Amino acid sequence: MTTTDLYRPTPAITLPGQRPPRRHAASRARRIAGYVTLALAAAALLLPFYWMVVASLKTNNDVFTIPIKWVPDPLVWRNYLDIWQRSDMTTWLGNTLLLSVVVTTLQVLTGSFAAYGFARVRFPGRNLLFLAYIGTIAVPWQSYMIPQFILMSKLHLSNTLWSIIAIQAFGAFGVFLMKQFYETIPEELSESARVDGLTEFGIYRRIMLPLSRPALASLALITFVTTWNDYVGPLIYLRSPELRTIQLGLNTFISQYNAEYALIMTGSVLSVLPVAVIFLLGQRYFVEGIATTGLKG
Amino acid sequence: MATMLRTRPRHRRLVVRNTVAGWTFILPNFIGFAALTLIPVVVLFYMAFTNWNVFGVADWVGTANFRRMWNDASFWTALRNTLYYTVFHIPLTMAAALGLALLLNRKLRGVAFFRTVAFFPYITSIVAIAVVWNQLFSPEYGPVNAFLRGLGADNPPGWTTSADWSMPAVIIVGTWRYMGYYMLLFLAGLQTIPAQLYEAAQIDGATPWQRFVNVTLPGLRHTTFFVTVMLTIESFKVFDLILVMTDGGPGQSTLVLSQYIYQKGFEENQFGYASAISIVLFAICFGITVIQFMVNKRRNS
Repeated sequence: MTTTDLYRPTPAITLPGQRPPRRHAASRARRIAGYVTLALAAAALLLPFYWMVVASLKTNNDVFTIPIKWVPDPLVWRNYLDIWQRSDMTTWLGNTLLLSVVVTTLQVLTGSFAAYGFARVRFPGRNLLFLAYIGTIAVPWQSYMIPQFILMSKLHLSNTLWSIIAIQAFGAFGVFLMKQFYETIPEELSESARVDGLTEFGIYRRIMLPLSRPALASLALITFVTTWNDYVGPLIYLRSPELRTIQLGLNTFISQYNAEYALIMTGSVLSVLPVAVIFLLGQRYFVEGIATTGLKG
Repeated sequence: MATMLRTRPRHRRLVVRNTVAGWTFILPNFIGFAALTLIPVVVLFYMAFTNWNVFGVADWVGTANFRRMWNDASFWTALRNTLYYTVFHIPLTMAAALGLALLLNRKLRGVAFFRTVAFFPYITSIVAIAVVWNQLFSPEYGPVNAFLRGLGADNPPGWTTSADWSMPAVIIVGTWRYMGYYMLLFLAGLQTIPAQLYEAAQIDGATPWQRFVNVTLPGLRHTTFFVTVMLTIESFKVFDLILVMTDGGPGQSTLVLSQYIYQKGFEENQFGYASAISIVLFAICFGITVIQFMVNKRRNS
C-alpha cells in the first residue's frame, strides 16, 4: 500500500555526534519514562482479557474473592467441557460462521466492483452518487433501523438469516476502502490495457483485482470481524432461538446463568477466540485497512 | 470545424458506453445500498409524521409526535445522557489516542506488540467486553475497587450499580475500547509528517513542547479533523455498549437516544414516535458533520 507504511522505522530525529552529554541523560530519562508509560498502558488495556481468561479457569466460587486470586488454583478446565452441554454454543457458532462468510464474500465482491466504477469509469452523475455513499457515513444506522426493519418485515425477511446478510453486505465502507486503494494504482496501467483492447471488466479482473490483493484482504478481515461481533442487528432481526448468533446466544446465556461467573467467562473467551486468532494472523491488513480509510477522509 | 463535427458523436458514444459500464460496476452494490439505506432514510421522514404501529396502520398525524417529544421527560433524559457521554468520551478518547500514537511513533522496543494490544479491545465483541467490565467494576469484590481501596479510598464508587457512577463506568469502557482505533489513525497521520521539519525545529532550538505545537499539531490537521468527525458520530450513536452493559440503568441514568429509539420502536411498537426520535438523532449527527466540514473548509482557505 502506498498510502502509508506503518512498518517503516521512524527516522532518527536527533543528529548523531552533536548532542551535548547533558541531553544524553535527559533523552535516556525520557526513554525510560516512555517505556514505563507503555507498560502501564499495556497493563490497563490487557487487564480485562487477563481477567476473562483467568476467571474462565476458576471454580465459580473463586472468581470473586478477597484478596483477588490472580492465578487460578486449582486450574479448572471443566468449564470448557461444561459450556457445550449447558448452552447451544455449536448452533450459535455455526450460524455466526455462516453469516460471516456469506457477508464477507458479498461485501468484497460488490464493494470492489462498485469501487472500480467510482474510481476508474467516468460518467455523468458519478460524483453525486459517490457523495450519497459518503454521506451515509454521517447517518447512524440507529436512526434508520426502524424503517429498515419495517421494510424487511414487509419482504418477509425478518427472523431469517437473510436479514443479517442484507443489512451487513452492502455497506458503504467496502466501496470507500477499495476506491481509496484503486486510486493509488497508476491510471496509465488501465490506459495501456484499454489500448490493448481490454474491456473495463477485463481491466478490473485482470489488472485491478490481482493488484489489490492486500486491500481485499483488509476489507475481508474487517467485514468478517464486524459481522462476527454484531449484536444489535441479530437482536432486532433474529427472534427464533435456533437462529441465534454467538453474541446473541452469549447474552441470553449470561442473563440465564447470571451467577455462573466462571462459565460466563468461558463463553466469552470462546466467543472472542476466533476473532483473536484471525486478528493476530492478519494484523497487517487490519492496520493498513484502517489507516487507508482514515488518511484521506 | 470539420473535426469537431466528427468527434462529437464519437464523444457521445463514449459517454453512453462509460455510463453503461459505470452503472454495471456500481449496480450490484447499489441495489442493496439503495434498498437498505437510502429508501429507509427517506421512509423515516414520512413515518415520523404518522402514528405507525405494530398493525401497520399509519395515519398522518402532522407534528404530533414532535410535540409529544417536547413534553416527554424520558426523551430529554436520553438526550442529556447522550450529551454527557459525548462531552467526556470525545476529549478523553482523543487525548488517549494521540498520547499513545506519539509514544508509539518513537523508536522504542515493543512498539509493534503494543500496537496489537491497543487495537485488541476494538475487535473484541461488545457482549464479552461488557460482561468482563461488569465483573471488574463489581463494587464489593471487583479488582477496580480493590485497587481504589488500596489507594486509600474508603468508600469506592458503586459503578454500574449506582445512578451517579454508571455513566462514568460506561465512558471509561468506551474510551478503553475505541482509543486503539483512533491511535492507529493518528499514527498513520504522524508518519506523513516529514522528519526534516522536526530536524529544522530542533536546530532552531525548539523545545519538545514547541515542536509538538508548531510541527506535530499542524501536520496532523487532516487526521484530527477526520478523527473528530468520526468520534462525534460514534459518540452520539452510542448504543450496543450501553444496551449490554447497563441496559440504560440503574433507573434511566444511562438511557441514551439510540436506546430510547429501540425501546419505543421494538419494545413498545410505537414506530411513528420512534421515527420522530430517530430524526432528532439523524439531525444531530448530520448537522454536526456538516458544520465540522464547513469550519474545516474555512480554516483551510
